[in-house]
Amino acid sequence: MTTHPQAPGHGTAAHGESHEAHYVRIWAILVVLLLVSYFGPMVATKLGWHWLLLTTAFGVAVIKAYMVAKNFMHINVENRIIHFMMITGVALMVLLYGAIAPDIQKGTGQNWEKDAGFHHSFTTSKPHHAGGHEAADEHAAPADEHATPAAPAPAASESTGASGH
Amino acid sequence: MTTRTIATQRSAMGMPTGRLAIWWVLMSEIVIFGGILVSYILHRIAHPEWGEQAAYTNVHLGATNTLVLLSSSLSAVLAHAAAERGDGKRAAFLLRLTILGGLMFLIIKSFEWTHEIQEGFTLQSGGFWSYYYTAAGVHAFHVIAGMCIMAWVASTAAKNQDLHRVENVGIYWHFVDLVWIFLFPLLYIAK
Repeated sequence: MTTHPQAPGHGTAAHGESHEAHYVRIWAILVVLLLVSYFGPMVATKLGWHWLLLTTAFGVAVIKAYMVAKNFMHINVENRIIHFMMITGVALMVLLYGAIAPDIQKGTGQNWEKDAGFHHSFTTSKPHHAGGHEAADEHAAPADEHATPAAPAPAASESTGASGH
Repeated sequence: MTTRTIATQRSAMGMPTGRLAIWWVLMSEIVIFGGILVSYILHRIAHPEWGEQAAYTNVHLGATNTLVLLSSSLSAVLAHAAAERGDGKRAAFLLRLTILGGLMFLIIKSFEWTHEIQEGFTLQSGGFWSYYYTAAGVHAFHVIAGMCIMAWVASTAAKNQDLHRVENVGIYWHFVDLVWIFLFPLLYIAK
C-alpha cells in the first residue's frame, strides 16, 4: 500500500475523517463551479457578452480540471516523472494543433486555396454539372498553376468528401 | 509451488509499478482525447454554423451527467481514503457506489442519444454530429471499461486484498471525469 505525503489517512480514523471532509468540501466547490458553467452562459447569451460565455464555460472548466487533478488525483504530490509524462502528452496535443491549424483555419497556402471547393463545391456540385472543366479550371488555376485541365474535377469531388459537413 | 510478482516497486522512480502504469495509460489517453478535442476545436472555429447544430444538444442532461460524474469521483476518492486506512469493506462499498454513478451516466446518455437519433441527428448528419457521437462515444466506452475494472477491484478490496489497486482505478476514473469536464462546454454550451 502506497501513500502520498498529502494523501488521506496515515493512521488514526480521525485523521482519515478530516481528509474525507476535505474531499466533500472540494466536491461542493466543484458543484458550485458546475452551476456557474451552467447558468453563466445563459446570462452571457442574454446580455450578449461573449467574453462572459467563454469565461464561464471554458475558464471554469480549466479550474474544475485543476481541482480534480490536484485534490482527487493528487498529481501535485506525484513523482516528477509523472509531471514530465503529463506535460509530454499535453505538448503532443499542442503540437497537433500547431501542425494542422494552418490547413483548417487559413484560407490560402503556398500551393492551395481553400475557397476552390471547401464549402462551395459540395453544396452546388458546380464542377460536375454546371460548368464542367471550365468551372473547375476557374477554381483550380489560382490554386495550382501546374494542374492539368483534367485534374481539378476529381480533386473537387475529393475535397467534397473530405469536408462534407 | 506458487509464484508471486516481485516487481511491485520501481526503485529508480520511487513509486509502485501499478501506479506508474496507470499514469502511462493516462498519458496515452491524453493523446487520444487530445487529438479528438483539438481537431474538434479547430473545425468548430472554422465552421461557425456548427453552433446551430450544437443548439440541439440537451444542456440540462449534459449538466446532470457532469454532476453524476463529479459525485462518482467523490465516492472514488473516498474509497481511496478508506483503502489507505485498511478498511477494505468500506472501500469496496464506495467503489460500487462509483460504479452506480457510471451506470447512471450511461443511462442518461443512452436516453439522450435515443432522443437525438429519433430527431434525425445521427453520426452522418454532419461534421458536428460526427464529432459529438465520436467524442461522447469514446468517452462512454472509457466509462464502461472503468466500471468493469472497478467491479473487479471492489471484489478483491472487499476481502482486504490488493488495496493499492483502489487508488489506481480511482486515478483512472478521475481522468474520465476530467475529460467530461472539457466535453461538457465544448459539446453542450458553446452554441
